[in-house]
Amino acid sequence: MELVCPAGNLPALKRAVDEGADAVYFGFQNTTNARQFAGLNFTDRRAREGIDYAHARGKRVFCAINTYPQPDGWAMWTRAVDQAADLGVDALIMADMGLLDYAARRHPDLARHLSVQGSATSHEALRFYHEQFGIRRAVLPRVLSITQVRDLAKQSPVELEVFAFGSLCIMAEGRCYLSSYLTGESPNTRGVCSPAAHVRWEETPRGLESRLNGVLIDRYAEGERAGYPTLCKGRFEVGGETYHAIEEPTSLNTLELLPELKELGISAVKIEGRQRSPAYVSKVAGIWRKALDRVDRAPEHFHPDPAWMAGLGELSEGATTTLGAYERRWK
Amino acid sequence: MPTSSSPSSSLQLALGPVLFYWTREHYADFYREAADWPVETVALGETVCSRRRDMKLDDWLGIGRELAQSGKRVVLASQTLIESEADLRDLRKLCDNGEFTVEANDQSAVQRLSAAGLPFVAGAALNLYNPATLAVLARAGMQGWQAPVEMSRSDLARLLADCREQGLEQPCEVFAYGHLPLAWSSRCFTARRHQKPKDRCRFVCQKYPQGLALRSQESREVFTLNGIQTLSGACQDLRHEVGDMAGMGVGIARLSPRPEGMAEVVGAFDAARRGELPAPDPLALVDAEVCDGYWHGRPGMDNTRGVATP
Repeated sequence: MELVCPAGNLPALKRAVDEGADAVYFGFQNTTNARQFAGLNFTDRRAREGIDYAHARGKRVFCAINTYPQPDGWAMWTRAVDQAADLGVDALIMADMGLLDYAARRHPDLARHLSVQGSATSHEALRFYHEQFGIRRAVLPRVLSITQVRDLAKQSPVELEVFAFGSLCIMAEGRCYLSSYLTGESPNTRGVCSPAAHVRWEETPRGLESRLNGVLIDRYAEGERAGYPTLCKGRFEVGGETYHAIEEPTSLNTLELLPELKELGISAVKIEGRQRSPAYVSKVAGIWRKALDRVDRAPEHFHPDPAWMAGLGELSEGATTTLGAYERRWK
Repeated sequence: MPTSSSPSSSLQLALGPVLFYWTREHYADFYREAADWPVETVALGETVCSRRRDMKLDDWLGIGRELAQSGKRVVLASQTLIESEADLRDLRKLCDNGEFTVEANDQSAVQRLSAAGLPFVAGAALNLYNPATLAVLARAGMQGWQAPVEMSRSDLARLLADCREQGLEQPCEVFAYGHLPLAWSSRCFTARRHQKPKDRCRFVCQKYPQGLALRSQESREVFTLNGIQTLSGACQDLRHEVGDMAGMGVGIARLSPRPEGMAEVVGAFDAARRGELPAPDPLALVDAEVCDGYWHGRPGMDNTRGVATP
């Protein structure tokens, strides 16, 4: 199984490669990718440097162009595809059907991966993308149980990549419009979710409050650990009770599933987090490298090292991790 | 204001599928009434959760035949989030129904339908943001499409103009009324509220025929929980925009069913498309916050008309 790590900038890319990533993925500095943060992502020159660095060490580089080309922006998205092809990336990660079609026609020899934003959760959907655009690999949305992944893997016409660690989207990716409902900007249209420009923190007599475009997402009592106000991880009132009505602040960690994922023939595990620091990426990549090496040597005797779990726990949202939808009872 | 624009009776009205889990009797009563409403199209079916089993495909087909006899065009809408082999089996049956066109709400349905050479309508969750994507689906058998719920008027106008230029004209449908479908998860939020695992949900969502309000700690209705689906907290209401819609080439306005007051909603949109809607109506059609932000290029929850809610 290939270890695919996030690169929000050149130092993160280098650290990921140094720590044992088999592939890294990056995006350009515009809304063509789903992690459009200020100060993040790559210029043409930095991308070239990063690709040279990875290739010199036998590692691969993928370019994420995984937002949906907007009616007034088609040229920006096709330019990103052409630019990535010119740079010599090893694969494009895309979601939009029109853009996949463009890339398949214009750059037929450049591998196309279906982004998680393409929302393919069945082998029929994978077949559609495979037949239409010749995708080589698909990243699965974080909504399937391990049994469902198993069923899907048996019949998938393409390689599968699954999320291994990082922030947990609990909605089917690519079809979540919650962020634009509150802020006008969404992963699909602008490559952002709950964007920082709309976040406001306020100390009030009732506690520390976090707001997204004026909407109260959470309120923290003295001593409570406050988290970024991602709109699906706030505390809301439903039927007279106030609780994490959608999801708690937590991160996905599938380390203990590695032997099973390997047995299913999953091609790659993906670390989320291009918005994270180089130090974060380096630590996570290092732990997963060790885990993958161990599972490759003796999958039947694999058990996650407690030190790895503790290390990943420290790097998680709310310092807790979950198996998410992989585990039926989470649902 | 658009309300004073010329009549736009070329705009068709469509009743979307019921997004909530109703009882069999409730669906039957609702569609018996709907047969007499001035809508051209009715979309039927369970699009949210495969555990909602009160209505079988044959039940939908039965309702569909009755509506067809009343002169409605009937479409069968497919489930949006496909997770299991069982989901795929149900989807195949729906696609192979042999009578009605299918609204494909996932690429699984598109694949099935295009392989069988069957025409389909492309649903809003397929993320149709540009002409190149519409061209792909047109080659696969698409005969109509729905704009993404988050698309603004100006983006849609641009997209429709580009489609005309590229010979890609097909009926375009806009979600004009109702709580907006905003997300789908493998987790059931209604069951979560009742501290039940999804596998043993006891179908609690049937207790909420218009969903379960999720409010901020300041009592603002932010979202509406509907099983695995999350809808907007406010009810989108674009009835004042239908003249504009018709003018820019939108073919169909979709009205999403709610348990109460739907006849009045349809009536208001029918009047609006004939240019007969009284200028700014101070009262909302139903007891819910109103929004129209997406259409105006703003956050979806915004209400640009500033109408006070009752």
